[in-house]
Formats: sequence, C-alpha cells, structure tokens
Amino acid sequence: MSGRFVTRGFVGRRGGTGAGSDPDAEVASRTPPGQYLTRDFPVLSAGPTPRTPLDRWSLRVEGLVREPVSWTWKEFLALPVRDWVVDISCVTKWTKLDMRWRGVSVDTLLERVELDPSAAFLVAWSDGGYTTNLPLGDVLNGQAFVAYEYDGRPLSPEHGGPARLVVPGRYFWKSAKWIRGLRLQAEDEPGFWESLGYHNRGDQWREERYSGD
Amino acid sequence: MAGTLEWQLATVTAVRDETATVRTFTLGLPAWQGHRPGQHVDVRLTAADGYSVERSYSIASEPERPDAIDVTVERIPDGEVSPFLHDVVVPGDRLEVRGPIGGYFVWGASLGGPLLLVAGGSGVVPLMAMIRHRERAGRDVRTRLLFSSRHAEEIIYRAELDELAARNDGLEVVHTLTRSSPPGWTGYTRRIDDRMLGEVLEPLGIGARTYICGPTALVEVAANALVRLGLPPDRVRTERFGPTGT
Repeated sequence: MSGRFVTRGFVGRRGGTGAGSDPDAEVASRTPPGQYLTRDFPVLSAGPTPRTPLDRWSLRVEGLVREPVSWTWKEFLALPVRDWVVDISCVTKWTKLDMRWRGVSVDTLLERVELDPSAAFLVAWSDGGYTTNLPLGDVLNGQAFVAYEYDGRPLSPEHGGPARLVVPGRYFWKSAKWIRGLRLQAEDEPGFWESLGYHNRGDQWREERYSGD
Repeated sequence: MAGTLEWQLATVTAVRDETATVRTFTLGLPAWQGHRPGQHVDVRLTAADGYSVERSYSIASEPERPDAIDVTVERIPDGEVSPFLHDVVVPGDRLEVRGPIGGYFVWGASLGGPLLLVAGGSGVVPLMAMIRHRERAGRDVRTRLLFSSRHAEEIIYRAELDELAARNDGLEVVHTLTRSSPPGWTGYTRRIDDRMLGEVLEPLGIGARTYICGPTALVEVAANALVRLGLPPDRVRTERFGPTGT
C-alpha cells in the first residue's frame, strides 16, 4: 500500500511531543521518517540489567585480528577519548537530538589490533548475551564509539553502563548496551534483534525497521 | 519473520472503554497473518497533506481469534496519537497497521510454564494476550499475574481478570494498589518490592518463565529482584516504556 491513505480526521500536531515540539525546519530535517522528538531518554531492554563490577570488566577485540587485545576498565579509560554530540533514533519511534557522550572511537580500538584483510563485519557482544552486527563500513571513520559518560555523568546501568557502543547512524538497538567485546568476521552474522524480525542494517533515514523494509 | 511487513488497512469494528483513560480498539484485518502473544503492531496516521506519525501498540487479544486483533491504548494527555485514537476514532474508521512485530517478548502454550507475569498499568496489555491465549490453548500452565495499578478504578481488564481467576484453573491474579485502595481491599497496597515478588514467585519456583512489562522503574525493580531470588536472567523477559526519570 502506498502512503496515499489519509486517516479520517487526523491533522497532527507536527514537530513531535509537547516536550520536544519545535517547528524549526532544521530540527525537522534532523528527524528521520516515522520518528517523533523526545527530550526523555527512554530505556528499552529485553531482560534484566546486568551489573558487572568494574574490577571484573574488560573490553575485548577478537576474531579476525592478528592478536586479540583486551583492556581492563583502567586501561580502557586511558585510551584517547573524545566528546560526541549526536542525534539518536530508536526503532520504537523516538528521536533525541544533541545527546552528549564521552567515549572511545571504534577507530581507536581497531588501531590497536592488526586486522585480517578478510575482516568485513563485526559482532558487538555484551554482558547478558546480547549481540548486534554491523559491517565495518558502518563503524569506521568516526561513525561509532564506546561511550562511558552521558551528559557529563558516568553511564548508568539502565542506559548500558559502564560502557555501551553508540552508532548514531543506525537505529539504537545497534548501540549495544553493556558492551564487552567486538568480534571481527569475514561473514555477516545477524545479532539478537536482527534474528528476531528487525532489519539487518537498521538505517533510520531509510526507515529500515523490520526485516524486509 | 519472512518477507516485508506490509501496511494493511484495518477497519475499527468496536471501541470499548477499559478505564477512564484506557480504551480497546478491535481492528478487523482481512490479511492478518497471525501473531504470538506479546507482540505489537505499528499504527500509522496520515494527514491530508501527507504528514504522518507512527506509534507501536501491544496486541491484547489471543491469536486464536481470526482476522481481528484488539489493541488497548492508554490516553497520554500530551501525546499526538493516543488522544486522536481516543477522541476521534469510532467504529467504521480505517487505520493503517502493520505487524506483528517483536520476536522475544512472546509466550505460547507450547513453551509451557509455570508462568509469572508482572505488569504495571498498561504494561498488562501484552500479558493479557498471553493470559487469553492460555485460556484457549494452555490451561494446564500454572500462571500468576502480579498487577500493579495506582487506584482500583484504574485496573485494566479487572472484570475479565476476576472472571478468569474465579475459574480456579491454574490462573491466579494478585493485585497491588500504589496510591489508594477501597474499603475491604484484600490485595497488596504498595509498590512492587522484593518481598512481594518473593511471595508471588514462591508457589511457582525459580523455574518460572517470567514476563515483565510496565514503566521502566517498575521493570528494573522487578527484574533485578527476581534475578536476586534465583531466576536465571535469560528466563526474565522485559518490555519497558517511559524514561528513567533521571
């Protein structure tokens, strides 16, 4: 069916929820199709929030690399860091503009390993068993980072702390909470939601919500 | 889920008030492929100039019902879609819908039990689909619903839940009211906490399959408590709505 259907009596309020309303065209241009703006930071998780003590936390890069590398929390915090201000869109329809994070670029992490030339995809894996898949082309060159601060504070467990992947160019399920590792692969491998009916790539500007979109 | 989830035109065949702010819409869907209890649909509203908005709503009905689903919608006062659904939509109207969506927060009788369901407010909606499915296809599954509402008059599906529980066929419903309770109230009268969950879980044991849906704060409390009580985290499935409040 085309988008031609008109819902009887619907005019719409335009520009999102009351809290996020903004008629400004620039703001509208930053809102992907089918999304509404929010100023809240909603939480969506499929299960209980894992809590790994920092002294037992590590972040690992493995798979198609010459030598896997693993950072303790202390070592991770010593990596080059930067601040990011990005717009985030969740497949459940909310978009939040100008979210302020601090974290380590995925580029920085991958510079610490020697990639096998056949490495083309990565699987991010997390405490609690969550996984998500991304082609390397979706995360390199400043497109993704591992965040440990949000809005000037340590990232809370509900939002994926101590550290989560953030991939602003994709729906937020690709931004794996409670991240513990990146596995480099030659072949793509659908992650948790990608195996449960959600789109494999998840580009919010193409509205790639569900498998087949 | 195979192929594309196409938008379909649903016809609203019935509208029913559940509480003062919660309403159920029955959507006739001639091409409905069926769903699993716990799944949701996307609803799209489009204005004459092409402006459109989408929202997700949980399916409240059991999959055994052919060619129609119920969605139960809470009216969010400052929302854009739920006030339209409540204030404008009447039987005979058509709505664009696609689904079913979501493959994790689902339960079917073939999965078995025992089943522990924990709901806060309109978080009961996807759990109601599980309860209704259980009545049709899984009455041997021992099931307990712990349902937190603010006031007695805000309990969604209260009459139906009372009726189902009165059959004594293995479904038990435990209510808690967090703001006010009427004279003679015999349920709990506080927010869900560890002790309450321990009491509700006890007859089912830590083998219970658990589904929790409600506001984030409630889901966090309940999921964390159940893991502390010994449930394996992968048996605790959650669906949340709303911000963290921080």
